[in-house]
Parts: sequence; structure tokens; C-alpha cells
Amino acid sequence: MNYEPLTVPTMAEMAAEGKQPEILFWVGCAGSFDERAQKITRDICKILNHVGISFAVLGTEESCTGDPAKRAGNEFLFQMQAIANIQVLDAYQIKKIVTGCPHCFNTIKNEYPGLGGNYEVIHHSQLIQQLIDDGKLKAEGGESFKGKRITYHDPCYLGRGNNVYEAPRAALEVLDAELVEMKRCKSNGLCCGAGGAQMFKEPEKGKKDINVERMTDILETKATVVAAACPFCMTMLRDGVKHENKEQDIQVLDIAEITVRANGL
Amino acid sequence: MIAQIIFIIILAAAVYLFSKNVGKIRRNILLGCDTDRSDNPALRWKTMAKIALGQTKMVKRPLAAVMHFFIYVGFIIINLEVMEIMINGIFGSHRIFSKPLGGLYDLLIGGFEILALLVLTACVVFLARRNIAHLKRFSGVEMTEWPKSDANYILIIEILLMTAFLTMNAADHKLQLLNFGHYIKAGSFPVSSFISPLLPDSASSLEIIERVCWWFHIIGILAFLNYLPYSKHFHILLAFPNTYYSNLHPKGEFTDMASVTNEVKAMLDPSFVPATTAEPGRFGAKDVTDLTWKNLMEAYTCTECGRCTSVCPANITGKLLSPRKIMMDTRDRITEVGNNIDKHGKDHQDGKALLDDYITREELWACTTCNACTDACPVNINPLEIITEMRRYIVMEESQAPASLNNMFGNVENNGAPWKYSNADRLNWKESS
Repeated sequence: MNYEPLTVPTMAEMAAEGKQPEILFWVGCAGSFDERAQKITRDICKILNHVGISFAVLGTEESCTGDPAKRAGNEFLFQMQAIANIQVLDAYQIKKIVTGCPHCFNTIKNEYPGLGGNYEVIHHSQLIQQLIDDGKLKAEGGESFKGKRITYHDPCYLGRGNNVYEAPRAALEVLDAELVEMKRCKSNGLCCGAGGAQMFKEPEKGKKDINVERMTDILETKATVVAAACPFCMTMLRDGVKHENKEQDIQVLDIAEITVRANGL
Repeated sequence: MIAQIIFIIILAAAVYLFSKNVGKIRRNILLGCDTDRSDNPALRWKTMAKIALGQTKMVKRPLAAVMHFFIYVGFIIINLEVMEIMINGIFGSHRIFSKPLGGLYDLLIGGFEILALLVLTACVVFLARRNIAHLKRFSGVEMTEWPKSDANYILIIEILLMTAFLTMNAADHKLQLLNFGHYIKAGSFPVSSFISPLLPDSASSLEIIERVCWWFHIIGILAFLNYLPYSKHFHILLAFPNTYYSNLHPKGEFTDMASVTNEVKAMLDPSFVPATTAEPGRFGAKDVTDLTWKNLMEAYTCTECGRCTSVCPANITGKLLSPRKIMMDTRDRITEVGNNIDKHGKDHQDGKALLDDYITREELWACTTCNACTDACPVNINPLEIITEMRRYIVMEESQAPASLNNMFGNVENNGAPWKYSNADRLNWKESS
């Protein structure tokens, strides 16, 4: 492990130096504030630093994309957020964005163009896949995942929402681990229960929580690592693991974290 | 001659009644709001060919897919035979295609018989799945008396029609062998020849059986045609336009509301003048007429198979929400609105609405917008869009979102994040480790 300090310039700093980064890293609210997701955010930065991609974040100029407002039916609030964000992005002449969250990814990629914000948007799993394909990222020099049973949980807004099924799997395929698919995977994947603004409310009454239902799929795979690609899935899956008292046996890790560990970054 | 006249009258009446009822459904669908689905015709034709014609979304459940394919192919191909039967009925001819088609005719009739047997088998399997195996997919709060009977009626009618068709052929075949009357030697009978031994040997009885089956089959088909507009079986027609007008955007992309854009832009910039002065309208959907014509077309297309509900995470975990119910409620309500127009005129208000009278708020708020339902639908129906539109109404017109969501809205509005964190702390992750 090396402990080089992270280099994370903000757009404002870059602009002051008259520089333009290759790509903007859209951190997202969970990635900024949620303690668990913050680690993933730092890991995404580590990857970017490691491969030497010039990037920047918006820092305090970033604001919620409006995703939870839109899914909950508050189009008004969504558009207020979207238009304000588009103004910031356009002021910095942003062309390319990588997000750490499938919800931010979906919203900026698909719903900002209608309001005048046109950018090339990728999710961090797609970035990792690209870097692997280009030979810039491998799985060496760090923790070995060899022989470990890993299963991947498809986030709805990455998978069904945008047909990104292969990129996160590509990041796992380089590990030489034992990849096992859940019974419900890819386009049949079961939601973690957080989407559609459910993250911010109590579920309606029913037989059980959705993340607990998802745990039956996870346990069935006998995987010791559950790979996630969304901060909300991360929360729900970890709660599910806790609910089953399996914290000692099952780790929930983001694709970015796995990549960082495998490369000893 | 009298038979011909009776046949023509029945045929004309059936076609007239069917057109009238389809016209009503068309009128009802067009009560919906406008949405533009005229772009990209090439991709639309392709989507229709793949999903409706090719049934590619059925394969996820192989047994149902194969059985359904038998019925589907049987339906389409046996219609060629129905065409011959119609012509015979109008002109009083018998097996009119046999002469021009020659040897091919034997092959066709033989093929129709095999298909008829496959359809029959599939219908029996489907009936057993519904009524003996009690598949979970075919139950649920929305699967009340009528939807269950509807499904059984369709299968029973199809079994009766196929049985009549095969019995008719068996009798015809036997009459051919007796060189009786106008029963010329035509066709091959790989299936019905197994029924023949069960039939009487006298020519006059055989003729009665052949005629009774002929009339039963054709009147049955015409009656079935007129049953379609009242039934979930209407999907056999609407599946095609419904997939043609599919949403071609990524599933994660929700519709934008231009009316809201104008208001937001005006708020942010007082000098902003909207390009078009859109009608003040309602935000979101309270009733079916607030939905788009496509939403309503989907409601009439739904065949209540329950693939959506069986993959819905909310439904699986015991919540009230069932995407199939959303579609069935929408259809029931738009049918009711249409009936009101027929009875009381265009401007009649019955004081009811899709929201609360049909779909409860608890159902709407249970949705995780995961798109499992839209992905599962074999004909690209989108219950999620209706759910979202109704949430929009509740939030933007009534301000009645659940309290926790109102908190989230407040946080997004005040500090740019769904949680109560100060925006000034947005970059703190950089330091902590």
C-alpha cells in the first residue's frame, strides 16, 4: 500500500490556473456525505491519480442532480436543480463527466440534454473497464482475490435503466476470482429497494424489506464478496448483510474499491 | 341460397359491431394527452417486428413461450383457412381453394390440422396452469372473478373452435370417402382422421355434423372477434401498434415536463418568455385523461399475464403495489369514462378519478422505479410512467408527498443534497480517511 496524498483539484482551482481537466468527476451527494460512500469516492480518485488522468471535482459548486426529486414526482425541484447544475457545468465548459453513482449518471446523461445540458457521461465502472481495456489498469500489486467467490449486484439505473451490464463485470473478470451470478441478475436483477426516492422514506408495509429479499439471492451464491456499483445499493446491501448477521462472512465492496485493492493503490 | 344470405347477414353484423366497439376504444385512447411517437419509424418497425411479431421478450419463460407460440402461429396461419371458409360461406362453394392450389392444398389443410392440435394442447396446458397448478403469477388482488373468467373463457372458446374445426374436417373427410354430394376429394387429414372412427357412418348424419361444426366454427370465430374489445385478449391486435409506439429512450430516462420548464425558467429569469404559451393544464395525472394516449393504449394492450407483478420488488415483498393492477385499473377507468361519454355526453363528470378511486397512494409510493416491470412486459407496456405521473400530481398539485419525502425535498432545495448536510462540507471527504 502506498499512502500518497490524493490530488483532487476543484474546477475553480483549475480554472484559476487556466487549466481544463480531461474529465469532471461528479461525486454525488452520497459520495460526498455518506461515510461509507466517501471511501468509494476517494478510491475513484486514487484510480484517476494512478493512471494519470487529469480530472477535477466541482466541490462546493456541486449540487444534487435532482434525481430523487424527479423519481418522487417533484419535477419542479428537479428542474431547478438541473438548470442550476447545467449553468455551472456549462460555465466551466465541461464536456466529459464520470459519476460515482448510477443515479447521477442516468440523470445527467439522459435527462439533462432535454434541459440544454449535453455532456458525454460515463459511470465509474465504465471508466474502469476502459482503463482495463487500454492496459492502464490491471489487477496486480495488491490484494489477491484469486479463488474468492464474488457476486455482482446490478444497480437498476445502470443495468435496466441504461443497459450497462458488462462494464462492472469486466472490472471483476480481471481478478481471477470465482464469479457467480445471482439467480436474479442483469435485466432480471432485483432492486436493492432504495430507488425511486425509497432511500429517503420508510417502506410501505409488507412482508419484508426488499434488501432482505435480495439477501436470499446473495446467500444462495455463497459469495464472500458482493460487488456493488451504487452508493444506495451499498447501504441497502450492507443493511441486508447486517440483518442476516453475516458481517463476518460477507463483504460488500464497490467495483472501485475492489479495483483499488487489487492494484494496491 | 338461404344459408348464404344468413351467413352474409351474420358476417356483416359481426364486422359492424366489431368496428363500432374498436371505434369506441380508439376514441377512449385518444382521450389521453398528446405525446409524440412519430420519430424514428425505421427503429419502430424493427421493434414491432422483433417484439410483437417475433415475440422475443417471451423467451424468458420457455414453457409459456413455446405454448404461446403454438397458439400465436396457429391463430395467424389458421386464419388462411378461415378466409376460405368465409368465401365458401358467401358464395356457397365448398373447399374453393382446393382446385387452384392442387397438391399444396392438401399440405395446407394437413398443416392447419397439426396447428389446430398444437393450439388445442397449448390451451389445455394453459387452463391447467391457471386452474389446477394455480400458478402464483395468475393470482393477486387484481385477479378478481372477471379477469380469471376472462382468461378461462378465451381458452375454452379456443378449444371449442379447434375441436369444431377438426370434427368438421373428420366428417368432411368421411363424406369424401363416401363420394357424397359436393364433398370433393381435397385436403389431407393427419389429425382429424383419428376422430373419424368416432363419427357415425351414415352420410346424412355426417353431413349434419359437418354443417353444424362449420356453422359453430365460423359463428364462434365471429362471436370471439366481438368478444375481443371487452377482453384482455384484445392484445392480439394492440400488441402491434403498442410495440410500434414503444418508448425508444433508455428506461432510466423519465419524461420531461415542458410546462414545468417554462415555470422554472421564468422563476430563474424574470425576463424569460416561453416559446409557446402552453395551456395551464394539470401537473401530473389525477385521472386517466391526464395520461397520454400511449398510456391508455397500453392499458388496452395489457393481457394481464402478470410478468410485471411477478418481478416487482415491492410486490414480491408483500407491498400493495402491483404493476398489473395499475394497468388494469387504468383500463377499467378509461372504459368507465368512455361509457359515461356514451351515456351522458362529453362533459359529464362522475366525481371519480383514477387516483384514490382505483389506485391508492400506498401503491404509488411503494414503487422503487426499478424498471423490472417495463423490462418484463412482453409487449413493452410501461406501468412506471403512470405511477410517476400520479406521483407528480400528488406532489405538485396537492403537496401531499409522504412527510419524509417532503423533508428530502426541503434538503435538496436548501442545501443541495437529500440529507441535512451543509453544502460547505461537500468536499470534506477529501480530508477524512
